Amino acid sequence: MGQAYSAGLTVTDSIILRKERILPLKGQVLVKKGDKVKAENVVAETLLPGKVIPFNLANKLGVTPQQLVNFIKIKPGDKITKNTVLAETKGLFGLGIMKTEVLSPIEGEVENISSVTGQILLREPRIPVQVKAFIDGLVTDIIEDEGVIIENKSAYIQGIFGLGGETFGELKMIADSSDDELDVAKIDSSCAGKIIVAGAFAPYHAIDIARKNGVKAIITGGIDDQDIKKLLGYDIGVAITGHENIGITIVCTEGFGRINMAQKTFNLLKRFEGYKTSIHGRTQIRAGVIRPEIIIPLQFEEQELVAKEVTMPILEIGTVIRIIRQPHFGRIAKVTALPEELTKVESETLVRVLEAEFEDGTRIIVPRANVEVIES
Amino acid sequence: MQYDEKRLTRIVATDCGSTTTKAILIEWIDGEFRQTIRGEAPTTVEAPLNDVTKGVINATQELEELARLKYHNPNIKFMENGEFVIPRKGDIGVDAYVSTSSAGGGLQMMVTGVVASMTGESAERAALGAGAIVMDLIASNDKRMNHEKIERIRELRPDMILMAGGEDGGTVKHVVEMAELVASADPKPRLGSGYKLPVIYAGNKDAREEIVKTLGEKVDLIITDNIRPKLEIENLLPAREKIHNLFMEHVMKQAPGYNKLMEWTVGPDHEQVPIMPTPAAVGNIMQAISKEENIEVVGVDIGGATTDIFSVFTKDFIFNRTVSANLGLSYSISNVLASAGLENIMRWVPFDINESELRNMIKNKMIRPTTIPSLLEELVLEQAIAKEALRLAFEQHKSFASSLKGMQKQRDISEAFSQSVSGETIVNMMTLDLLVGSGGVLSHAPRRNQTVMMLIDAFLPEGITRLSVDSIFMMPHLGVLSEISSKAATEVFRKDCMIYLGTCVAPVGKSKIGKPALYAKLELPDGSVFEEDIPFGEMRLIPCEIGKVAKATLKTHSGLILDADRKKEITVDLHGGVVGIVLDTRGRQPFVLPTDKNERISALKKWMKALIVYPENILS
Repeated sequence: MGQAYSAGLTVTDSIILRKERILPLKGQVLVKKGDKVKAENVVAETLLPGKVIPFNLANKLGVTPQQLVNFIKIKPGDKITKNTVLAETKGLFGLGIMKTEVLSPIEGEVENISSVTGQILLREPRIPVQVKAFIDGLVTDIIEDEGVIIENKSAYIQGIFGLGGETFGELKMIADSSDDELDVAKIDSSCAGKIIVAGAFAPYHAIDIARKNGVKAIITGGIDDQDIKKLLGYDIGVAITGHENIGITIVCTEGFGRINMAQKTFNLLKRFEGYKTSIHGRTQIRAGVIRPEIIIPLQFEEQELVAKEVTMPILEIGTVIRIIRQPHFGRIAKVTALPEELTKVESETLVRVLEAEFEDGTRIIVPRANVEVIES
Repeated sequence: MQYDEKRLTRIVATDCGSTTTKAILIEWIDGEFRQTIRGEAPTTVEAPLNDVTKGVINATQELEELARLKYHNPNIKFMENGEFVIPRKGDIGVDAYVSTSSAGGGLQMMVTGVVASMTGESAERAALGAGAIVMDLIASNDKRMNHEKIERIRELRPDMILMAGGEDGGTVKHVVEMAELVASADPKPRLGSGYKLPVIYAGNKDAREEIVKTLGEKVDLIITDNIRPKLEIENLLPAREKIHNLFMEHVMKQAPGYNKLMEWTVGPDHEQVPIMPTPAAVGNIMQAISKEENIEVVGVDIGGATTDIFSVFTKDFIFNRTVSANLGLSYSISNVLASAGLENIMRWVPFDINESELRNMIKNKMIRPTTIPSLLEELVLEQAIAKEALRLAFEQHKSFASSLKGMQKQRDISEAFSQSVSGETIVNMMTLDLLVGSGGVLSHAPRRNQTVMMLIDAFLPEGITRLSVDSIFMMPHLGVLSEISSKAATEVFRKDCMIYLGTCVAPVGKSKIGKPALYAKLELPDGSVFEEDIPFGEMRLIPCEIGKVAKATLKTHSGLILDADRKKEITVDLHGGVVGIVLDTRGRQPFVLPTDKNERISALKKWMKALIVYPENILS
């Protein structure tokens, strides 16, 4: 076989991006097709239903569920405030002596009253939710009542793993080279509100100092698993992240441990130092894969917004690859042969392999499953 | 509907998994059904393709290409214009196409009950038995506040809900209260917003009217027989059938391309063969083996994301299935570390490794789940993690596979002092006859001896137990194939799917290292004799070919026992396999590993050498 498909992460200085910005429930879209938006602009908003508070009114009143109807003062759909009388007994001899009143514990509305269980459901006021544009760009489509599509031209890097949600800020290089460790001495108040770039590694104490200095996000080659445990207070079980509330967003471009940032990624970030950048750490490595993204919007003309057809990266002779498992984890090589037959590797596993050459001319044999294509 | 070999000469079966679609070809050759060719392709339920049939076409094309090569016949074709040709006409077409599916996350359910350990557990058993992943069990007596339950129901977005609760004639109030919570959460289905969420009610029949009033307008309500009509009776079948029907009618129709796929899965007369959830198909096969051979069976399927355990125990062939949704060897590998703890993983590793290095290695596998261990050390580590994933999943299974909880049990005087209570596990390792392994790490281990070691260390079989492995993971295909030909499914299962690894003999009890534990005399089919008084704390491997039997005389010392009758001496036939017969005197109940690191490493090396698990260089 002369070629094969292989997964890879995108790192490019120019791509046409198309982002759906959708509300969790139907609501109101605040912009129109053709509008130019900034990352920080709110593009759609809605009101989420409030929390439901159930409680047993019949019990509180000391009557059976069937009797409740005689004492109740409200009906489904009624608006209530805190201390609205929900139900009251008539008291002794119907004179109001020793009567029992049940007051609403919340402000909101009455959702349901059950004569079987005597339970009522009250709903707290609605909670407003807003969706921001997240990237500077052009609104190219509106999904009625749900959200918008925003497109732009960007320099774009997919990370391998991240923590923390969406944010944006100016890109600032801290590392001088892709094998640097994030230097605490270089993190000060000038980093506040910025997205800073480390090289091969960001240790816990440096992340902590960055957080204290108001840094919005860190981009690093590698990170240590135990440092993540320290940051979160728990061990990550399944890689579904992005919701962490740690006061900073972190995007890893290579993986766990100390791993040099791929030179291409490092150079790209360096080239765009000072640019406004959007970033998120959302990662999901099961069905519906989501990877963290670093998006650096560029100037563009509307007619440029034509997305290239999606192609699967192909492994063939001459393809540049990155090795993504030991041995040689993180190193870059060029494919020299793609033998068809299964080959036994050190672990005695019979696998499809490829032959590749490092820059210094040494040759290796690697399982095809353990490489990713670096797209040019 | 069942067909004979005259109508079924060539069948394609696929399993559409979350990442890979696996296709196999089954043919009637020389008077028997055989699995002849296997192909696979990435599953295509996600963007940009969004159509599961594309992956099926690709996997089938691989089958066609390999069939042409195998039979030196360029005319062989199973599909024309992107569809199966059914029935077969000479070189063209197949007689049937069947499929299972777990793509897009499989079938995800939420269940409710009144008492979590009674009706709640019955509902969970029904859902799991139907091949679902149970996202949560919500019961009147769980510790959560009602508003928390509502929030939970709302955020889950299951494919369907199964509601149980109350024996017939029992509580109505609690069941209706649960329905009120579901109604106020107004749950939405996971896939597609254009239809109402299916809710199956299988609780107290006296509450049906109120349930219809409460839920009838908000959800697609289906009413079926009570799952627990009396405390001592569990009636799971009607609910399971409803789940299967709804899976086809609602869930599958929403998944991309499944409408087309459902039309494709037909037998020789073009009548539909429903697509089955993958675990339900594996469950069918496990139950069929157990009934046909009249044996107790435990089966495991360990994947990248989840581990499924199936068991059939007792003379009534009681079937149980559990799925440990976050125990697996790629996507979920990091969760195995979090659940088992580093120390438990390290106890299976015959060398020292830096903790931080190991943690980072595990996380790197999680974020790049398709990579494979190329270095021997990494393979040993992955297999150590597999042992812990299997052990944890089996623990969950044992506590779930129990007799019904909450039953009043009449006891005679002889039982009055025994510890037996309702809700005890029915999994009995001593009476277990066969342990079946399946899934990448077990089916594709470079040496089958590694599979044997993983199964023994994780499941700790007791007494005499046969071990086997699914050769290339085709149990799902055969499970659905049995719907149109149980003969084809059984024949292929015996000849091509199940590989007998051998038999494990493990006396139960405690002794001192080095003290005589088991006298074993094995007369092997080649006429040779193995005879040894094996000390406690050892392992021996005696080669004995697949299909052959060794006549064994086994005698234990120091109070160790060998079978359920607590016998200390038995004469028995031990079945061979591709690995052989393993004599394991490391003890059971308890099974203890040395606590001192150096002693433990040297014991592990000794056992691994005895079983020829890894190359010498890593064990010296």
